[in-house]
Amino acid sequence: MLGEGILKGLAETAKNFAGSFVSAERMITVQYPEERIAPMEAARVFPFLVYDSKHPEDSLDWEAGMRCVACQICEKECPPKCIYIEKSKDKKPDFVGKMQIYPARFDIDISVCMSCQICVEVCPFEAIKMDTQFELATDDRFGALLLDRKELAKSNEYYHHIHPTEAAEVDARLAAEKAKANAKVKAAADAAVAKAATQPAVPAAKPAEGNKQE
Amino acid sequence: MIQTLDQIFVLLKHWLLNFLPAAWQPAVGVVLSVVCIIGVFPALFAFTTVLERKGIGRIQNRLGPNRVGPFGILQPIADGIKSLTKEDIVPLKADAAVHFLAPIVLVVAVFMGFAVLPMGRNMVLVDMDAGLLFYFAMGASTEVSVFMAGWSSRNKYSLLGAMRAVAQMISYEVALLLSSVVVVMMSGSLSLVKIVAAQNQYSWGLPHWYIFTPWGFAGALMFGIAATAETNRSPFDLPEGESELVAGYFTEYSGFKFALFFLGEYVAMFSIAGLGATLFLGGWSAPLAALQFIPSWMWFFGKLMVAMCVFIWMRGTLPRLRQDQLMNFAWKFVLPMCLLNLFVAGLWRFMGDGLLRWVICSAILILAYVGMGWGEMKRKHLGPRTYRYAE
Amino acid sequence: MGIAFYLVSVLTVAGGLAAVLLKNTVHCALAVTTAFAGLALLFLQLDAQFAGFAQILVYIGAVAILVVFAILLTRGSETPKGGVFSKTWLAGLAVAAAIFAVLGWAVLQVAGSLPQQNAAPAVTVNQIGEALMGRYVLPLEIIALLLTAALIGAVIVAMHEKEGD
Repeated sequence: MLGEGILKGLAETAKNFAGSFVSAERMITVQYPEERIAPMEAARVFPFLVYDSKHPEDSLDWEAGMRCVACQICEKECPPKCIYIEKSKDKKPDFVGKMQIYPARFDIDISVCMSCQICVEVCPFEAIKMDTQFELATDDRFGALLLDRKELAKSNEYYHHIHPTEAAEVDARLAAEKAKANAKVKAAADAAVAKAATQPAVPAAKPAEGNKQE
Repeated sequence: MIQTLDQIFVLLKHWLLNFLPAAWQPAVGVVLSVVCIIGVFPALFAFTTVLERKGIGRIQNRLGPNRVGPFGILQPIADGIKSLTKEDIVPLKADAAVHFLAPIVLVVAVFMGFAVLPMGRNMVLVDMDAGLLFYFAMGASTEVSVFMAGWSSRNKYSLLGAMRAVAQMISYEVALLLSSVVVVMMSGSLSLVKIVAAQNQYSWGLPHWYIFTPWGFAGALMFGIAATAETNRSPFDLPEGESELVAGYFTEYSGFKFALFFLGEYVAMFSIAGLGATLFLGGWSAPLAALQFIPSWMWFFGKLMVAMCVFIWMRGTLPRLRQDQLMNFAWKFVLPMCLLNLFVAGLWRFMGDGLLRWVICSAILILAYVGMGWGEMKRKHLGPRTYRYAE
Repeated sequence: MGIAFYLVSVLTVAGGLAAVLLKNTVHCALAVTTAFAGLALLFLQLDAQFAGFAQILVYIGAVAILVVFAILLTRGSETPKGGVFSKTWLAGLAVAAAIFAVLGWAVLQVAGSLPQQNAAPAVTVNQIGEALMGRYVLPLEIIALLLTAALIGAVIVAMHEKEGD
């Protein structure tokens, strides 16, 4: 009969209306600034730069531990071109102890960034990852939305905190790489020692063991 | 005491007028009543916007506005300040004069309707002999303002919205008039005061409201449908279908003029709900003889707010109609039902008292309703439609 | 004949003149709506409530809208540029004046033969209804027939168009 569906619909909405006053599980609203739900693990907003800190409580060594080697792959791959990198003139050792250049300047314009994660995908050094921080509103339109490398640098512990699964995988991969590198260095050292044993002339240059990192 | 409460506003007005010289009294009396109407209904409008937003929120299992003031009750004040402080933008190519006049014409025409509505015992601004006709004349004038708004904006969405609105309002105005005519036939008067007086009688404690008769019920139903369409309310809110037309005829309005349109729309809803209550629900009369001690104006405003709640409930329930469904519904269902209802009302009038007229009149109306509804559904004029894509 | 009469007359005449003189057709339509409203107010001033409200309901609510629809559906929405007044304002004024003259002449001819009345008769809606259903029932029915014929004609025109596509 005509109007039957309308009556059914009205009954349904009336049920919703009355139900919203009696059952709390109907009301799914989270009253945001007061109540918050933790962001999901896979959430991503804007990229940040990972650094390895020897002293987790101390964030002063962000520059020394930064994984980025200023290879500029992310800068070239970034579709909206929101990354700006300047290479350093000098070098510093990276996590395996190899001397590398580092970014003297690393800026991301988050007003342009589209959160595509391509920079993360292409980075061979696991140096750039996606952050979950979303409360970035500011009244300074140009200055505050252009993040420099200090603002971008976040510790590996922070990375573990926001993306535990992914960070564990990354750490395992890095450890494997480092073990491989160490083994290579050791093999080279052994070879040198063996060579020195046969040709006792110049003492072999000892590899920089001091750069070993946790 | 009961008498005093019932007539409190009338007595207040007379008390105030006694301070003035006799020559001024009639003119000042009218001004006082007008000021009251212009004050009360916008206040009610402010309250209804919160009620609507919170009510629809609850229907959708949301909280609705709850930030401004306790339980969000001060939300309309925030909205009002926002509207007033916004920049008033007039499009460069717009017809400035007509663009300016349209909201004013709308609000004036809408407020005029209240002049003849009896809001309580002895509480009517003008008891006109042709009150109902006056009301419909004012209702018809709003169409011009809608057209003015849409045309002067020089915006295709505005113009389309205005054309839709005008076509819809003209179509449903016929139904609105015809569904009211049954009441005029029965009460024998176009004066709304007399129509209420005719319904303000009780037998066995029950009122003689017209909705409690077969023709009155059918009339009230058709009136409700036509009133919803006439005020451009959901499910008949095609003129401002935001998915198609941005905001319809007031797309190019901002700030205070937009607020005026918004106000006009809601005040039109109040006035048409008031008219519906007056015609079919006995106006200010109490629903039971035992409840007559409650002041009459409370009954009127209570019925008004119940009607508004039904409007809100409908809006929270029904999806928007399509233009062809709208027109088919108006001309192929509502209008024939209204015409049949006229005939049934005549039959009722001349069949005399007794159970027989109840049975026959109800049977005719129900049969027609079911039959026509079935036919329309079958021909897919009102029901779901299958789509054929480009072949 | 108070100040209200003069105000309403000025409104009506101004609306009528604007309808004849303005360039933009939609403006003319809106001006003629103003003239209709003024006319309705004049009726109301003469205590002819029914005629006044019927004037608003029919002329403003239906005829003005019909005119506007006709303009928009035939001419499109292009607006003439430059100038407020129509180029043919003189011709429009002349036609209007001619019609006014004919009407005025007719009224003056008849006015002499009518009995002089000081007070306007108070006619209620009830009396109008009774007169329409009693003495004037035949003209009413003929008009109803005419309107029904027009309605059917309009429906047939609309249906024919639908078959074409």
